[in-house]
Amino acid sequence: MKFYGLAAAAACSIAGSLIAGPAMAQTLAPSETLDAVKARGHIECGVHLGLPGFSFANDKGEWSGLDVDYCKSLAAAVLGDATKVKYTPTSVQQRWPVLQSKQVDLLARNTTITFSRNATLGVNFQGINFYEGQTFVVRTKAKVTAVKDLADATVCVAAGSTEEKTAADWFRERNLKITIINFQKNDDAISAYDQGRCDAYTAGLGALAGQRIKFKNPAEHQILTEVISNDPQGPTTRWGDERWQLVVRWVLNAQIAAEALGVTSKNVDEMKAKSTNSEVRRLLGVEGKFGEMMGLSNDWAYNLIKQVGNYGESYERTVGMGSALKLKRGSNELWTKGGLLFTPPFQ
Amino acid sequence: MKSPWLQTLRQRLFATPVDAAITLVCLYVVWRLSVPLLHWLVFDATWNGTSRDACKGDGACWVFVRVRFSQFMYGQYPIPERWRVDIAGALLVATAGLLSWRGLPHRRGLAIASVTVLPLAGLWLLYGGLGLRIVETREWGGLMLTLVLTIYAGLIAVPLGILLALGRRSRLPLIRFASVVFIEFWRGVPIITVIFLASLLLPLIMPSGFDVDRLARAVLGLAFVIAAYMAEAVRGGLQALPEGQTEAAQALGLGYWRIQRRIVLPQALRIALPAMTNEFIALFKNTTLVLIVSLFDLLGIAQAALADPAWVGMNMEAYVFAGAIYWFACFAMSQWSRRREKRLQAAYGR
Repeated sequence: MKFYGLAAAAACSIAGSLIAGPAMAQTLAPSETLDAVKARGHIECGVHLGLPGFSFANDKGEWSGLDVDYCKSLAAAVLGDATKVKYTPTSVQQRWPVLQSKQVDLLARNTTITFSRNATLGVNFQGINFYEGQTFVVRTKAKVTAVKDLADATVCVAAGSTEEKTAADWFRERNLKITIINFQKNDDAISAYDQGRCDAYTAGLGALAGQRIKFKNPAEHQILTEVISNDPQGPTTRWGDERWQLVVRWVLNAQIAAEALGVTSKNVDEMKAKSTNSEVRRLLGVEGKFGEMMGLSNDWAYNLIKQVGNYGESYERTVGMGSALKLKRGSNELWTKGGLLFTPPFQ
Repeated sequence: MKSPWLQTLRQRLFATPVDAAITLVCLYVVWRLSVPLLHWLVFDATWNGTSRDACKGDGACWVFVRVRFSQFMYGQYPIPERWRVDIAGALLVATAGLLSWRGLPHRRGLAIASVTVLPLAGLWLLYGGLGLRIVETREWGGLMLTLVLTIYAGLIAVPLGILLALGRRSRLPLIRFASVVFIEFWRGVPIITVIFLASLLLPLIMPSGFDVDRLARAVLGLAFVIAAYMAEAVRGGLQALPEGQTEAAQALGLGYWRIQRRIVLPQALRIALPAMTNEFIALFKNTTLVLIVSLFDLLGIAQAALADPAWVGMNMEAYVFAGAIYWFACFAMSQWSRRREKRLQAAYGR
């Protein structure tokens, strides 16, 4: 594969310099996907069947969510218009074949990034847009702020679930006592917690956030921000087409960098006109030709920030405090503010 | 008062003390069950409003179904284009209505048109092209998608099933063998597997650029499986027919197709009708399996709506509503079949 890639690159650069002359001195690797996207005029985004906060279609068929916002950002960056996305809802069984058979350009759906998936499924993960992890929902009045505060507590779980094992292991390793009450089904465990039989119920962050609003009185419950498992999620592409992978990766980085640099959808015009920070200027296409290097227009990041917003704006609107889910930032906070969300510099 | 009703009641339900006891116990059980059910369904239910907050009582929250109603019917079909679905639906109802009127002039012509021209017209209306805006099948959904799947899969499955049944009884070994292989293969594979493979494996092995629509693949998959079942139902009808019928027709010098068309099939299909209706009802309900390839039929769209954070805890309402529609459709089909059987029986007796 590598040989062909190199050969193609070489052939292209020769052809490019012969045909277009010095104007095309900056050679771009061929990108089948990017060409296809531009030709058809929209992005084909593979999303979750319906997960509030991440990808969810309302009664008018309008999609919203953190992953959907990523798709919109990609469309804004590549095509200049955040609305040029078509969504393919994918089931768990369907997601990989749909990606491999090129029915979608990428997956932006809650899928945990793991070694074996990366190594054996022919897919690449282009960064992390949500640090999912197992955590606990507890009653607000219980004054629990960290997982270790749950020592001597009772936890409701579904028997035989991975959550049960993870939770039991976590407390055993730390020599903390915990009482686990097993239930046949997940729903039973949830309602038992809601009725007060346990002090906590455990599941992934996203699932808990969706679950909490179903409780009789959601305001009485809070979700811990500390997680005891590591299930990062992010946009996924198939192997091959490195330039498309580059675009997918740096669109996510641009969302994060914009937040880190304080560029929002509201102040982006002002920042573009006045900012003296050279990273901001490069990001917004005032300095350098970062868009062209990927085969996009230089205002790619400007477009996505203007039309969709930076990562923080998107998070608050979809899963954060501005949404029904009310998830705190936790690990999904910027690395400069104690979270894990990180982007390499735009240099 | 000596009304015949009272008489019947006494004879049927209260003839002996044991009968009376059983009747009373049954009535009590029905009463205990139906009162809370009716309270939930009707009396305590909330009908008016626009949001979750309107639903305060213990009863069902039909506001949810009302708000989502058009989505349950059309899926994500673009709103300005929905008149096309309405016309297609009206055509369907009108044709079915007209065809059930036996004295209709040109009834035969309409019947032929309803299985040839109308499906194409319906496809044009729903999909577009030739002057209409194209609406991709991924935007189809809800009851409309369920009906499209059932009708088009049925339109393929019935003729194919009849041909397969005839093929299985053919004297030509090659045709017989091919029919047997087809029937046994498609009957032996779970429908969910067929849909999954048709939707996912086909694009992987097809040459790139050659793309069959996802919905079309699901329709074909469903049609093949149901055709195999239909073939066996029709074969039952064929086998129930005395050999003498064919022999007599042969003695008159009629050819194979003519015998099948004029003598054998009219009688065999009459016998097979209940079994075929059964397959049709099964097909209607099996369309829900397309959810696995992310096509949102009526049940799929109802389930998707359940995830809406603005409408938490509407599981009962969504499933009761979807279930009621499925039940009505299936009941209508079985009633149609019963009427048809009766009429054919009458014709047979003449």
